[in-house]
Amino acid sequence: MNSHDSTGPASTGGAAPVGADAFLKGAAPPAPSTSPAAPVVMDKPDPVPMEKLAAVTTAASGDALLRVTDLQVHFPVTQGALVARKIGAVRAVDGLNFAIRRGETLGLVGESGSGKSTTGRAIARLLEPTGGKVEFDGRDITHLSARTMRPLRRDIQMIFQDPYTSLNPRHTVGSIVSAPLKIVGDLSGDALKARVRDLLELVGLSPEHLNRYPHEFSGGQRQRIGIARALATHPKLVIADEPVSALDVSVRAQVVNLLGDLQSELGLTYMFIAHDLSVVRHISDRVAVMYLGTIVEMADRAGMYEHPLHPYTHALLSAVPVPDPAKQHRRERILLRGDPPTPLNPPAACRFNPRCWKAEEVCRTVEPPLVEIQPGHQVACHFPEERELV
Amino acid sequence: MAVPVQLEPTNLTPGPPAVKPVAGRSLWRIAWSRLRKDKVALASAAFVILVVLVAIFAPVLTSIVGVNPDEPNYGLLDPNTALPAGSFGGMSSHHPFGVEPLSGRDVFARVVYGARISLLVASLATLLSVVLGTVMGLISGYVGGWIGGLIARLMDLLLAFPLLLFAIAIVAVIPDSAFGLNGNTLRLFILVFIIGFFSWPYIGRIVRGQVLSLKEKDFVAAARGTGAGSIRIMMQELLPNLVAPILVYTTLLIPTNILFEAALSYLGVGVKPPTSSWGDMLSTAAGGLFRVDPTFMVVPGVAIFLTVLAFNLLGDALRDAFDPRGGG
Ligand SMILES: Nc1ncnc2c1ncn2[C@@H]1O[C@H](COP(=O)(O)OP(=O)(O)O)[C@@H](O)[C@H]1O
Ligand code: SF4
Ligand SMILES: [Mg+2]
Repeated sequence: MNSHDSTGPASTGGAAPVGADAFLKGAAPPAPSTSPAAPVVMDKPDPVPMEKLAAVTTAASGDALLRVTDLQVHFPVTQGALVARKIGAVRAVDGLNFAIRRGETLGLVGESGSGKSTTGRAIARLLEPTGGKVEFDGRDITHLSARTMRPLRRDIQMIFQDPYTSLNPRHTVGSIVSAPLKIVGDLSGDALKARVRDLLELVGLSPEHLNRYPHEFSGGQRQRIGIARALATHPKLVIADEPVSALDVSVRAQVVNLLGDLQSELGLTYMFIAHDLSVVRHISDRVAVMYLGTIVEMADRAGMYEHPLHPYTHALLSAVPVPDPAKQHRRERILLRGDPPTPLNPPAACRFNPRCWKAEEVCRTVEPPLVEIQPGHQVACHFPEERELV
Repeated sequence: MAVPVQLEPTNLTPGPPAVKPVAGRSLWRIAWSRLRKDKVALASAAFVILVVLVAIFAPVLTSIVGVNPDEPNYGLLDPNTALPAGSFGGMSSHHPFGVEPLSGRDVFARVVYGARISLLVASLATLLSVVLGTVMGLISGYVGGWIGGLIARLMDLLLAFPLLLFAIAIVAVIPDSAFGLNGNTLRLFILVFIIGFFSWPYIGRIVRGQVLSLKEKDFVAAARGTGAGSIRIMMQELLPNLVAPILVYTTLLIPTNILFEAALSYLGVGVKPPTSSWGDMLSTAAGGLFRVDPTFMVVPGVAIFLTVLAFNLLGDALRDAFDPRGGG
């Protein structure tokens, strides 16, 4: 991100790695249409729940728990059995800038393969970032060694996508949930047992299930076990990597709601990853949309769902069904051409250009920087505009 | 793109958590219930247990029958040929499997005592290779990097090693005493070491393969995410998942090692008389006596064949029983 030329009409000229501070100026920004021609018809806005409003206000200090600057994670592609030769790199995450305030939920959305999990794992330091900086609680953790990272791990926990592989099939629920506590070494004996029971209850499981094995539970229940494990050490930041994608549609809302309740109860900060904008709608304060390792649009919830500006966001939103059948019927579904290109060799300039219906020459030659077009609303596109979606 | 989800706004209150776990069975119970229905497995297991009991209680057994493995009975031999007098290698009610040519020692007693040496060597060697193979397979698979690659290449190398040639070379240089051991104790030690050292890569490769796929599972990432170190992950997260395959391949490695011991005995690395082992009995017979006294070869041959077969059938049955794709 080296050029900050103001392509957007309403750019406030803020630097790209904004997030926290700028956003606060307008929790519900006025929505001046960037395309003078099209009248904007909006979906019924969601009522902002009280606790979300509270979260926004308390976060007004601009106090970022997590700040990610120009984060890159590249996976080397090697050839040769004995002596591995590097012949290229998968640029899974290629220059991310964002911050998450205390108590906030940032939704991270993008198609499969866009680099969401890699981002989450790099932040949780399960992966070594290739470049950039990850600051947690004011401390640079980008390249901490395993040993220096260890004491910080209790503060950053992950919930994984697949409830079938994220729990060790040979461990009982009790030993799964108590493992983080044993490693941290806070509790032992009866206190440990009591804490595990509390945790199971907290996530809506019966403490009687302590001695059962994961395969005795349904997907939703397993995900609750994973949540209990993540919460065991009283983390500050929870990275939920598509926590409901693998679940039955009927239990998804339950698990999302559980996470929401736990957040207000325990004052957690979430990075909530999903491949679908509808999943994070109710739980996110802000949403970032990723495409091929980069953020293409980031805004608060109202901005993202009611005034989306990036063509890719439009396409994602057009796939989300709306409750009103009449609207649903009239609505135009934007079908993207082809599959996302491989991050091994991403398209030049705007990575979305081969699939974008608005692409022009400049899109193939100049990379659009992520700029703040409206307060708290950043977009990386040469031709951002609102679009009538319904 | 994946199927869009609609979160009904009316569904915002948490639903009653569904906490009734489905009745489930552990891996071991599933395996056991499958094994119980497998007649071949049960028969093989019974035979294996029988052979082990025979080996353990060899002195009791021989004294009940009233025979001795080392005592020569020249009176039972044809004075002209030194072959057992009577048909079928001199079988009689006193010597149910007949007697040895040349010495007249009781074949039943020698086979029963031979089971001790054969099983002892095979199981100690298997134990050595399971321990080595598990440790090396875990390191090679989990730690990876150049160390992992090096171990993997070493395993390939050992499996491709012209072992019997090596054994022949060893025969020439086995001293009478070394490491404070001598005689047959030293020879046993050498047998166990050679067999164990050359067969750990069988286990090592299985373990490495399993670890390579296990370590990509999220439960390993979750453990790392809570600060678990490599040793803790290998011992507590990975090892419990390796027990079933290790058990299966251990069961399959024991018979391989029984044959291995027989082959080494044939080449002269085995125990020296008067101590007997199946391999040693077989190789003595194969020296030419089988032409004039086939019983002498058939008895240890059948013992080896049945034992190896039983272990193999049991190992296959265990593999099927632990197969997650299997029915039942
Ligand atoms: N360990 C890895 N080695 C090589 N490539 C990887 C690895 N992990 C992920 N990738 C690649 O990085 C890209 C982003 O993957 P991921 O972060 O899992 O995406 P998402 O979670 O958004 O589906 C994909 O193209 C994937 O193939
Ligand atoms: S920069 Fe051009 S190609 Fe990229 S999203 Fe905007 S209009 Fe489409
Ligand atoms: Mg993912």
